[in-house]
Amino acid sequence: MRINLTQYDPGVFFDEGLVGKNRARHSSKELIKLLRKMPDDELAARQSSAELAIKEMGISFTVYSEKEGTIDRSWPFDIVPRIISKSEWDKIELGLKQRVKALNLFIDDLYHDQNIIKAGVFPAEVLADSKNFRKECIGISPKEGIWAHICGSDLVRDEDGTMYVLEDNLRVPSGVSYMLENREITKKVFPELFETYAPLPVDDYPAQLHDMLSSISPRKVKRPEVVVLTPGIYNSAYFEHAYLAHQMGAELVEGRDLFVDKDECVYMRTVAGPQRVDVIYRRIDDEFIDPEVFREDSTLGVPGLIRAWKAGNVGLANAPGAGVADDKVVYAFVPDIIRYYLNEEPGIPNVPTYRCMYKEERDYVLANLDKLVVKPANESGGYGMMIGPAASKTERNTFAKLIRKNPRNYIAQPTLKISTVPTIIGKTLEPRHVDLRPFVLSGKKITVTTGGLTRVALRKGSLIVNSSQGGGSKDTWIVADAEK
Amino acid sequence: MLSRVAEAIYWAGRYIERAENTARLIRVNSHLMMDTPKGISPGWEPLISIAGLDAEFINSAGKLTEREVVKFLIGDLKNSGSILNSLKYARENCRSVREIIPRTAWQKLNKLYLFAKESVTSGLTQKGRDAYLDGIISGSQQLNGLLASVMYHDEAWHFLRIGRNIERAEMTTRIVDVRSENLLSEIEEEFEAMSFENIQWISVLKSLSAYSIYRRTVEVRVDRSSALEFLFHDPRFPRSLIHCINSAEDSLSILPNNVEPLKSLRGIEAKLKTQKVDDLKREALHAFVDEFQLRIRRFHNILEKQYFLSPHQ
Repeated sequence: MRINLTQYDPGVFFDEGLVGKNRARHSSKELIKLLRKMPDDELAARQSSAELAIKEMGISFTVYSEKEGTIDRSWPFDIVPRIISKSEWDKIELGLKQRVKALNLFIDDLYHDQNIIKAGVFPAEVLADSKNFRKECIGISPKEGIWAHICGSDLVRDEDGTMYVLEDNLRVPSGVSYMLENREITKKVFPELFETYAPLPVDDYPAQLHDMLSSISPRKVKRPEVVVLTPGIYNSAYFEHAYLAHQMGAELVEGRDLFVDKDECVYMRTVAGPQRVDVIYRRIDDEFIDPEVFREDSTLGVPGLIRAWKAGNVGLANAPGAGVADDKVVYAFVPDIIRYYLNEEPGIPNVPTYRCMYKEERDYVLANLDKLVVKPANESGGYGMMIGPAASKTERNTFAKLIRKNPRNYIAQPTLKISTVPTIIGKTLEPRHVDLRPFVLSGKKITVTTGGLTRVALRKGSLIVNSSQGGGSKDTWIVADAEK
Repeated sequence: MLSRVAEAIYWAGRYIERAENTARLIRVNSHLMMDTPKGISPGWEPLISIAGLDAEFINSAGKLTEREVVKFLIGDLKNSGSILNSLKYARENCRSVREIIPRTAWQKLNKLYLFAKESVTSGLTQKGRDAYLDGIISGSQQLNGLLASVMYHDEAWHFLRIGRNIERAEMTTRIVDVRSENLLSEIEEEFEAMSFENIQWISVLKSLSAYSIYRRTVEVRVDRSSALEFLFHDPRFPRSLIHCINSAEDSLSILPNNVEPLKSLRGIEAKLKTQKVDDLKREALHAFVDEFQLRIRRFHNILEKQYFLSPHQ
């Protein structure tokens, strides 16, 4: 049986593949044409061949459950690519560069003169309450003033097609390896579409990452020793840590592989003795990175690492303390931050955000809990949030209490009607909600991945795209605009 | 290279080899059972102690029947040396050093592990056993071939090679030990026993993929002395003890700070070279094997001390 799209119904949502039932959107015309011609068995067969490839390539993520402990799960992937036109992407790319540039200026300012607070643009109490502001970092000047070398910002599209920034991840954003692997798999599954569309390649990322990391080496050597610091194989993103180290030809190290010697330099333990390390791409959270300075009980980190960094003997990406801007309350101020430092209007808008710290906004939130999404300031992975329309009365009451108890810790946003993309469900296509996480690298220059990681909520009607909670992913294609 | 990585690679080499040789061990016993008349066959019991797994077997509370022993050696997750666990550990070790392992080799190891896991039920049937063991053996050989042809021959490669050869030497002695263990003792004097003994040495050679080379290079008739001489001392046969020790030595000599481990390995080599196989009658062979395994363990400890447990600052 051929695939029937006459029943495909995105409802009120903006669908990126089809304009209502059975009508392809312009940029997806060839894709939809191919899918229409395809027997449903073949579509299902292509999907399962992709799943087999993922299993055999060992593309996995780790989840933790109370019952089963840590388990390695295959990366859930939907073969139908998401298509974005290059003209739209160019604007998004500019907007992201602008945003990350401003965020780095902001972080650097917070750890130095705090001019933005003095100017009354950013409230001192938000900073005072910030969980991720590290006093230990005050006065430190990382190379080029860059703190967030790698940033992953989550974008969503509303029902009128506008892209918004939903959040910025400036601590240890993950997902880029899946973006790269998704492309590899899609090449195997839909070779014919690559001829038609020629999507812009994504595979330059590891080289760009390596260049950026090398550029923050304190030693001027031809090939600085760059390492990726991982918490170890039980971390949910371990696959990615290993993948990126492999792609960059860098050592993948754990805390126990490194030590700081009397000369305040970082060394790794090798079979030939200690070897100097120049740059650490750390994938361990601030709190665990150095038991001398942060959590004493951390066995993942390296004692003395912050000393070595302060002494200018090692480059750290992202810089400790960069997470101060990775806070859902700070997020609400980003448009002002952009205006303040760059004197420009934001290229990509924020989702309207209510800050529970302000009485007026809090009252609105408490009165409209059934319409809003409430998020805690410092959680990621979709944990600890409440989606109002889907929540029970008890849940809403719980959140009302939480908000009153600690208003600074909560923001709320309207439930966005985020866009859908055709996704394989059984042997047919149905609309499913997606977001997009592009990755931005900042060193001497700023580069953005071509597209990014599209995450898709595989459950019908669900808005939760996190892989730990039933989300999958798709390859994201940036394609030259077709002539109309 | 990182000490931790060296250790993981070394163990990956050992575990892959252990899976393969455990399969060979089961296979040689299966064939032995078929070649010996009822009543004088040694059964499956010796396999457990030969594999050095008595304690684990008792823990897993199995009976010493064919089915239980084979299940224990192939698929018992409580047995740290079962084929399934060996491949699981090989995979875990490689997973912790994914950046060192060529992607194709990693995929192959994954496939092999999935095969071992998913086909285990059929591997436990008498009919499916040989195909299963064959899958394990050829899978691990393909993996070794892949590693040899695509892996960068740097220090990681040499640690892998040392691990593999150390394990192989040890397992070859275990497979030889299948023959020496309390076998045929009651009818030793009888003429009939001789022909069985020879048939059984053929089984040993076959299980080590050595039979046709043996016939070509040694002689057509198989007897104990020449078989042992071949398996211990022929430097051209890749599973002989001397070949394994020499290969480990080659790799070790390329590594930095190798004085102590090299000394230990050369001690093993010297002892092996001067051992006359004619002197190795039943108990003597068993004793030699035991001592050889002990020396290998000592070598491992020295290697570990030198490279893996790196001294604190």
